[in-house]
Amino acid sequence: MNNIKKNRLKDQAFKFWGIFCTLIGLVLLVIFIGDILISGLGRINWDFITSLPSRKAENSGILTALMGSIWILLLTTVIAFPIGVGAGIYLEEYAKKNRLSALLEINISNLAGVPSIIYGLLGLEVFVRIMSLGPSVLAGSLTLSLLILPIVIVATREAIKAVPKSIKDASYALGASKWQTIWHQLLPASGGGILTGVILALSRAVGETAPLIVVGALAYVPFSPSSPMDEFSVLPIQIFNWISRPQAGFIENAAAAIIILLLITFIMNGIAVYFRNKWQKKWK
Amino acid sequence: MQKIKELVIERSLLVSSLITIGVTVGIILVLSVEAVQFFREVSIIDFFTDSQWTPLFTEKHFGILPLLTGTLLTSIIAIAVALPIGLSISIYLSEYAPKSFRKTVKPLLELLAAVPTVVYGFFALVVVTPFLQQFIPGLSGFNSLSAGIVMGIMIIPFISSLSEDALHAVPSSLREASFGMGATKLQTAFKVMVPAASSGIIVSIILAISRAIGETMIVAIAAGQQPRLTLDPTVPIETITAYIVQVCLGDVQHGSLEYRTIFAAGITLFVFTFLLNTISFGIRKKYQEKYE
Repeated sequence: MNNIKKNRLKDQAFKFWGIFCTLIGLVLLVIFIGDILISGLGRINWDFITSLPSRKAENSGILTALMGSIWILLLTTVIAFPIGVGAGIYLEEYAKKNRLSALLEINISNLAGVPSIIYGLLGLEVFVRIMSLGPSVLAGSLTLSLLILPIVIVATREAIKAVPKSIKDASYALGASKWQTIWHQLLPASGGGILTGVILALSRAVGETAPLIVVGALAYVPFSPSSPMDEFSVLPIQIFNWISRPQAGFIENAAAAIIILLLITFIMNGIAVYFRNKWQKKWK
Repeated sequence: MQKIKELVIERSLLVSSLITIGVTVGIILVLSVEAVQFFREVSIIDFFTDSQWTPLFTEKHFGILPLLTGTLLTSIIAIAVALPIGLSISIYLSEYAPKSFRKTVKPLLELLAAVPTVVYGFFALVVVTPFLQQFIPGLSGFNSLSAGIVMGIMIIPFISSLSEDALHAVPSSLREASFGMGATKLQTAFKVMVPAASSGIIVSIILAISRAIGETMIVAIAAGQQPRLTLDPTVPIETITAYIVQVCLGDVQHGSLEYRTIFAAGITLFVFTFLLNTISFGIRKKYQEKYE
């Protein structure tokens, strides 16, 4: 066999190896979901969603955890959205190229890589202890808001950057001020991209477990939260609690709750992808 | 009036971005204040040399080494899984696959990173460990092997997507020149494209390592809660992150030495990830200048 043939053979071999690697990732994802569906689907019914947690696996439900997750989601959106988008606008439109903006940039990039549990420690000291919010929904939401802030900021900047400069120039030429240009032109034009980023960040927040455990969210809460100062649990913590129990019934519960959690995560991701595709077409 | 409004808006936007600096300062302050308190009671030499970590027992030892080896062990297993697969995927998608295939597969792979980590923990404990026990009879119910493997699956998209972006950013003229010299796709990929995109690929690997070190729920669920100084992947261990979770689930008094151990462990974790993130940011800055 000469060199050319050998090289072609190697080339083909790698091609198949590449396909194999790509598929193995996808196959694992399918096995994952399939396995969880098999062990959990039978447990899902209306009672499971509307029941309180209980010591008996077959009577347990996810109502309080689900309500806790919804509270966390809403409060985190309210806190992180304005700050994240505001910071993104500032960095993209106002910040001059100086040491402050360089510092902000390296800082945000670093924050994106800080492990989520470290944010939990920050929240535990600052929100739970110093601001004495206790292990409340508000303390949890503030913690998660800080966690997703870098994602929201980066997404906002990318979306604003993608708007053609001609739109900005046209607005200035008509005599609009800087803020008028941002509010009436840039934000509507980049809205789809910003929304995509925010939804992806929120879907990350819904799945977060560790920082909320550190902040003090409970595994067993007999009532759904009714104000931001109430104690709470969330779906991932409920799942974690059920996984840690030895009885088989709780494993089934965990699988059923995972189906609900995955459903929420995938729907949010789907919405985000939809907005991204719709928005990308606009400029191409 | 308009000018005042513009100024107020600009200032409030500036404040939003300064909050991010506040977060970093807050993290460093919180961790170091509690850690300093901790090191008043525990010698820093013991912290780094003692081979036992038993702050919750009556006979207390405060050696971080068992937690560190636990963290490194699971991370190394994860990278050993994710690096070859992730890199092969990125090369296949950017050099071999048809464009339409790439466009559908990439978001699907990224779903792997969107799955909540507690779900992966469940998978590692309930599916992967029993499966592996069929081949490895001595495998304990909690072990770093299956936690590491599942963590590796989770971080595949970090490596594959970011590396693919880096390969994509290499000017096509380099690829065409290589083809023109008669090179095969494989030769072009490994001798031209990968070296040209090396900085981006290295960044993706560093980010994946940093993610693995900080990962919490998979190891808290599937790797056990027994800090021990070992590189044996079949026995229960404990990572830094899993220890913090373990303490927070228990009833530990605020201000006690046990309470402070989580901040001492936390600052160790933070220093590691901070170094990795800073290195990757430095490389990324350099690399941006290369092709822009």
